[in-house]
Amino acid sequence: MIHVNTTVNGDPAEFLCEPRETLLDALRDRLDLTGAKEGCGTGDCGACTVTLDGRPVCSCLVLAAEADGREVGTVEGIARGEALHPLQRKFIEHAALQCGICTPGILVAAKALLEKTPDPSETEVRYWLAGNLCRCTGYDKIIRAVMDAAAEMRENA
Amino acid sequence: MRYHKPESFEDASAIAVAAKGVTRFLAGGTDVLVQLRSDLVTPDDLIDIKQIPGVREITPLRDGGWRIGAAVSAAEMKAHDGLRAAWPGVVEAADLIGSMQISSRCTLVGNLCNGSPAADSVPAMIAAGATVTVIGPGGSREIAVEDVPAGPGKTSLKKGEVVSAVTLPPRGAGGGDAYLRFIPRTEMDIAVVGCGVSLTREGERITAARVALGAVAPTCLLVPAAGAALTGSALDDAALEALAKAAEAACSPIDDKRGTVAFRTRVAGVLARRAAKIAYDRAGG
Repeated sequence: MIHVNTTVNGDPAEFLCEPRETLLDALRDRLDLTGAKEGCGTGDCGACTVTLDGRPVCSCLVLAAEADGREVGTVEGIARGEALHPLQRKFIEHAALQCGICTPGILVAAKALLEKTPDPSETEVRYWLAGNLCRCTGYDKIIRAVMDAAAEMRENA
Repeated sequence: MRYHKPESFEDASAIAVAAKGVTRFLAGGTDVLVQLRSDLVTPDDLIDIKQIPGVREITPLRDGGWRIGAAVSAAEMKAHDGLRAAWPGVVEAADLIGSMQISSRCTLVGNLCNGSPAADSVPAMIAAGATVTVIGPGGSREIAVEDVPAGPGKTSLKKGEVVSAVTLPPRGAGGGDAYLRFIPRTEMDIAVVGCGVSLTREGERITAARVALGAVAPTCLLVPAAGAALTGSALDDAALEALAKAAEAACSPIDDKRGTVAFRTRVAGVLARRAAKIAYDRAGG
């Protein structure tokens, strides 16, 4: 077993893992953070998106051992206590989800976009989220929710 | 599976030399971990090179060239203004690989050593005249990128050899490069054909050019005849026609659901023309 010391959503975390265990499995099974979902398990669908040192990655394609000494951000770290992030509120408002499996990954990915690009074009949002597959809602509501959240965040900035 | 975190490339090489079974080096993991999880390749020894000093760095060299560490991601390259200004074609090619989640992790060296004939960054690196530093039991050597691929999934690297960095030459005045690929959709796909062009201009005239193709042969290819077709010209119609012919002549593609032999061959010529125009404009800008 490998001993990993990491930071998750700003808090120190440690766990033991197998060499071939993924960060996704460690988050879900060892740290009880079940927000990141396993869709395809091979880096195609983006349901397991988390940030690693600030950059969005598929946590199914990161070994848990690789998180040692680095900073992980998951969907659980997006809301501030009971206060939802604007993206989360806008997803509810626009009904931008049905089954919800893809939603945590899309929220993490979209948040990373808006942090570096507060005023993205619709095309930028669509390309940025090309690695996040949704099999039920369709993408229009998702894109509208992200654009609306971006507009609100700019107003309040 | 044993997971190693060596502190130097010499140590990484020594682990690989001593290993008895399947060995893989881990940087971004976007191929190695897919193969691991799909049970296609289960390494006995997995050697993570990311603790090695300098491996995440993009360094401008004294001669005007660039050194890109083996674990620098495509996203880090895209965020680097100096590198993007000097070698936009190489940076754009790397940026085409997978989704932005994949861009956060995937590397030039990984794309090269995975050995896919359709690797997007490889024709761009070959056109640029890039070299890689190979560290192995016999010491260190510098080889051209086009000498690494040896067939689908195969490289010319020997047991215990590991690539530590990519070096791009000085861009110099009047230089420009471009990479284009054809895919049947707009994003998240594998090249049916890819083409990289790098050239140098003096005024209107092209003084040097390199053209490379991907996905039309068992390896990514340097096409010297295509570069020669451009050299000495002002990118007139005759030069573009000769370029397209040379690119088509270099093709020996597979025939599959993603593209027939005839289609891939035709598109290689079309992309070569378009990439050459972009590189030419950039060189003049």
